[in-house]
Amino acid sequence: MSTPEQKEIVETTEALEREAAGVVEGPVRRYAHGSRVPGWDQPADLEKEPAEIPGVGGSPSPTVPEDLRAEIEAHLAKYPDRHSAALPALAAAQRVHGWCSPEAIEQVACVMRVTPAYLDSVATFYDMLETSPVGRHSVYVCTNISCSLCGADELLEAVRRAAAASPDGAAEFNVRGFECLGACDIAPMASVDGVYVGPLTLEDVPQLLDDARAGRPVLPDKQLARRLVADPHANSQEYPLHAPEPARRGS
Amino acid sequence: MAAPASPVLLFTDIDEPGLRTLEVYERRGGYSSLRKALAMTPEEVLEQLKTSAIRGRGGAGFAMGTKISFLPKGGMDKYLVCNADESEPGTFKDRELMQKTPHMLLEGIVIASYAAGTSRAFIYIRGEYELQADMLDAALAEAHAAGYVGENVLDSGHSLSLVVHRGAGAYICGEETGLLDSLEGKRGNPRLKPPFPAIQGLYQGPTLINNVETLATVPAIIAMGGDEYAKLGVETSTGTKLVSVSGHVKRPGNYEIELGIPSREIIYGLAGGPPDGREVKCWFPGGSSSPVLKAEDLDIPYDFNSLAAAGSMLGSGAIIVVDDSTPILDVAMKVAKFYRHESCGKCTPCREGTNWTVKMLERIDAGEATPMDIEIMASVQEHIIGNCLCVLGDAMAMPIGSMIAKFRDEFEAHIEAARARNGLGAGAPAQDAV
Repeated sequence: MSTPEQKEIVETTEALEREAAGVVEGPVRRYAHGSRVPGWDQPADLEKEPAEIPGVGGSPSPTVPEDLRAEIEAHLAKYPDRHSAALPALAAAQRVHGWCSPEAIEQVACVMRVTPAYLDSVATFYDMLETSPVGRHSVYVCTNISCSLCGADELLEAVRRAAAASPDGAAEFNVRGFECLGACDIAPMASVDGVYVGPLTLEDVPQLLDDARAGRPVLPDKQLARRLVADPHANSQEYPLHAPEPARRGS
Repeated sequence: MAAPASPVLLFTDIDEPGLRTLEVYERRGGYSSLRKALAMTPEEVLEQLKTSAIRGRGGAGFAMGTKISFLPKGGMDKYLVCNADESEPGTFKDRELMQKTPHMLLEGIVIASYAAGTSRAFIYIRGEYELQADMLDAALAEAHAAGYVGENVLDSGHSLSLVVHRGAGAYICGEETGLLDSLEGKRGNPRLKPPFPAIQGLYQGPTLINNVETLATVPAIIAMGGDEYAKLGVETSTGTKLVSVSGHVKRPGNYEIELGIPSREIIYGLAGGPPDGREVKCWFPGGSSSPVLKAEDLDIPYDFNSLAAAGSMLGSGAIIVVDDSTPILDVAMKVAKFYRHESCGKCTPCREGTNWTVKMLERIDAGEATPMDIEIMASVQEHIIGNCLCVLGDAMAMPIGSMIAKFRDEFEAHIEAARARNGLGAGAPAQDAV
């Protein structure tokens, strides 16, 4: 066992064997050249019994908040197949619980009559469903190509720094670099609690966080909702002759 | 540069106050195309769409009329799905339509569902578009109350139930079969084709999937007639197209152009070109999945076939301009990292190929690569293309492959410069070789 590569392979193989034998320890070691599928280093508890559908066949039924239950049932009624309601139902539960916690998943599973594992498999696939606790206000900074050409990477750094300096720290803001948010015309931009704002400068960052913290409309003058189309041929009349669109508050 | 006088079909007075409400939309003649279509037989409506020769605006450019005619006849449950996932980097045209004139899309969906004989329709909108989804929900409620959607639309005997379904952030759900799995409440993994969705799609039923812009154009086609519409644009690419221009341009935004105008006119004439003192280095003509073109390609007509002949594609109509201040490696890295993040992991060439490509680029940037690595990286791209269930892997391999082919000198210079920083001369053997 001479080269570092061989050593790594042996160590990793041993770690994988320990895991296969049911020894769960920390983030699981994976081969460094492997792909980074989300959740790739989370240990699996092989001792755990598979969870059944909550509230069915004698398994305990969780208490589901009435509003949440009503919302999920309204979603279920819209589709020919109840499974289709998984995304809207998980999004609704996330709004109540802050993230897709085991508790939230169990409640959705109970109303939808599916296993928690099924919902877990769905929740881990989608970027907007959080599978670990996050800050109250989401700040998604687009870092895809058009935005990064216009300085999005510096912007994300600045937002991260400012959010980290916030008194409430990580519990207050969920700052993430996000893939293309579909607003390259206002690059660099961010989605703050679901409201698109841009083009942003580094000077906008404190105001942006303050507005989100206070529950005010975020940077009203920079909201996408108020932006006119760029095409000079689109409008046959001079707009805007009217009051601008109302600014939006985050969800 | 003098602005070209181009016909405007989709963006007509799009900033008119209240256009998103039924009242203003109807005052401007909205839903008259639906009345006109319902007075015809479904076959006649389909014939109009075929005559218009409109090609899908989502990326693949497949003829819409032909796609509808693939749906089997008969009384089984058939579905229409409007793809509003719009996540191709650089694309934001559907956003503008859904936000400002949602009724135009709804009208197009009802007409298309009549032509295709579907009684259930879904709009799959990406979860990030909260504002636009709210606008669609509000418009749908109005259309329902006015009898344009629902049971027995305008006493025609045609019924359509329509649901706005919000996604939760996954690029792959813009791929049509990934979208169907996601709409069925699963992870958005693409399916094996064939069977194509027109035969076996949503809930195993025949399914027509069209992009927002395609469906929003339908009312205009019915209003003016298929032949009149076909006179716009060029022979193989009829009509107008919304183009999203972004990146290094002075006036980024959405523009409605007649297909076939020179690309230069869009990038310089409409969007103002790159900032003063800078030149276009390369541009993506159809989103970040399209092979890049260089400044000398700016005079290529902007239409499906001309761009295909130039080795690229029109894709979703998203032009991303990169000026000469940006190293090509940065562009390649952004593109590759995006596809690595969004690969669903189902097919090995894509899952591993995107990951490997990012690592190769990081090696180049860190000064650990040799010129041979460029060859390896290029061959990785070749092995992805055509070997997966969907084209996500291809969507990285094509632009990366084109960057390697067109900017090889710059990649090599980058390797040399980075190696020199590491104290590895041009002739020195690679210390890192295993």
